[in-house]
Amino acid sequence: MALLSIRNLTTVFHAEEGEIKACDQVSMDIPAGKTIGLIGETGCGKSVLGMSILRLLPRNAVIRGEIYYKDQDVLKMNGDQLQRLRGNEIALLPQSPSTSLNPVLKIGFQIAEGLHLHRKTKWEQAWEKAVEMLDFLKLPEPEKRVQEYPHQLSGGMKQRALAAASITGNPSLLIADEPTKGLDAVLRAQVVGVLRQLARETGAAMLLITHDLKVAASLCDQIAVMYAGEILEQGAAEQVLKDPVHPYTKGLLASLPEHGLHPIPGYSPSLLDVPAGCKFHQRCSLARDLCAEKCPPLQIINGVQVRCFFGDQSGEPQQELHNRDLQEAAV
Amino acid sequence: MASAAVAVERNLTFIQLKKNKLAIIGLLIISLLVIVAVFAPVLAPHHPYEQDLDRVMMAPCSEYPFGTDDFGRCILSRIIFGTRISLAIGLIVTAISAVAGIILGMLAGFYGGVIDEVIMRIVDIFLAFPGLILALVIAGLLGPGMFNVLFALALVGWMGYARVVRGAVLAEKEKSFVETAMSLGASDLYIMCRHLLPNVIAPVIVMATLGIGHTILAAAGLSFLGLGAQPPIPVWGSMLNDGKQYLQTAPYMTIFPGLAIMITVLSFNFLGDGLRDIFDPRLKEKSIE
Repeated sequence: MALLSIRNLTTVFHAEEGEIKACDQVSMDIPAGKTIGLIGETGCGKSVLGMSILRLLPRNAVIRGEIYYKDQDVLKMNGDQLQRLRGNEIALLPQSPSTSLNPVLKIGFQIAEGLHLHRKTKWEQAWEKAVEMLDFLKLPEPEKRVQEYPHQLSGGMKQRALAAASITGNPSLLIADEPTKGLDAVLRAQVVGVLRQLARETGAAMLLITHDLKVAASLCDQIAVMYAGEILEQGAAEQVLKDPVHPYTKGLLASLPEHGLHPIPGYSPSLLDVPAGCKFHQRCSLARDLCAEKCPPLQIINGVQVRCFFGDQSGEPQQELHNRDLQEAAV
Repeated sequence: MASAAVAVERNLTFIQLKKNKLAIIGLLIISLLVIVAVFAPVLAPHHPYEQDLDRVMMAPCSEYPFGTDDFGRCILSRIIFGTRISLAIGLIVTAISAVAGIILGMLAGFYGGVIDEVIMRIVDIFLAFPGLILALVIAGLLGPGMFNVLFALALVGWMGYARVVRGAVLAEKEKSFVETAMSLGASDLYIMCRHLLPNVIAPVIVMATLGIGHTILAAAGLSFLGLGAQPPIPVWGSMLNDGKQYLQTAPYMTIFPGLAIMITVLSFNFLGDGLRDIFDPRLKEKSIE
């Protein structure tokens, strides 16, 4: 039994412009201790999926389906149960370190408050634990840092402070929401290091939400590729990133600089107006009439789950081209 | 180290405050008023109730620096004791209004929806009445007395705080640190008290400082009309009322309590304006971020 099982999760936002289906029939398993990468373009619903697990969505969001955490359905939990779940069992490592810390509270307070909230730990002890956590994350001078305010810390330090805050409750699952978004290369390497350390030394499972394929490749055991609210391909990281089946995953890889910067033609659809059939068919070089009519089911091809009618067919000229491109780029 | 950082920040506020001379003057006068209020029995040359019917409406002299009133009571002593009531009314009413406004504004801003609608419509209703007239009606219905005046003034004073706090909370609650706190398992109440309150308190402090002056003025107005603390308790507003019929013969009966009201209200306004100048640029910076 996986630590977290998501079954047919559909998250819909009721906005003035209409219904926005940010997650559509998403199913996913996160085994204990494993790192799952959720990749996709901006606005494909991957952050919404992460927030759906914690039920931290605005009030106009409706979540359907099932999210089982240790055999409990998160979607059936009441407020108290959710508060016990958050931080204690499932923690969030938020995006944008600059705004995710409260500007008027000390760093130590913000790291220690999880312990104070869940374990009723006395402030002095929680404070010591905060110092310990920052030390664990190799932040220099932790005793000094806990007494400082967010504006006195650099971006990397803030990210570490947030990481410390998210793991003080000793959660079994950490949801890292675009932890490397908007960071420069040096900082990104540091954050990746912190994440690797978290995954390895705390033994927590991690859902890493990112659009950075390289970060995903370096950290994840499994990869799920999301597009317009649907999971298009999901499987072992090696398999998905080295030998992808779905044309979209191939396109994503081909758009990397080292593979020749071939962008996928067209734009990802607005979640307000998702095309019928396969959601990727308008941009897909393999698309046929069938793709516009029917949504392909998830099927297992080459050991990974793929949502494509033609993913397993060889001899397609476009597909060959894609493969050849990739191979050339890899050489 | 942290205390040093905080000290630096506090110093900065103080330095900025020092640049604003009027605010400093206001602060000094307010400090002086507080000292006068606390040490009133020591400072007053006479007992405020002590009547001397042989010395009625005496012009200012060395024994009675501000003269005497129509009962022969020392006006200076009554003004000194009146400081206590004026400051107490200003502080208590403002505290009650601000706390009520903060709680309601926080709830409205944080929860939105129906709660927001209900609270803000109540605010609108209260704002539709002219404040002092409404206070007059309430105090009139409840009858004269200190407590009723406090209640009436607090009842017409909380709406501004609620609106300011609601607006600030609406802006702050969208910031991701609220989400971070929620993801750590914090309850709504915890987030409102620990995370949002310190972020929205600055404009409230400015408003409250200005509000104290406004309240003292309103309280003086009510006691001028005979509502409020009853004789022989010395209240600046009712001293004005007592003096108005002798305005031609004994103008000092009106001038000195009037000056006391004016100086006190001005001081709070100067300080409030100064504080606003200090807090505002920071608020602007915050919104740009």
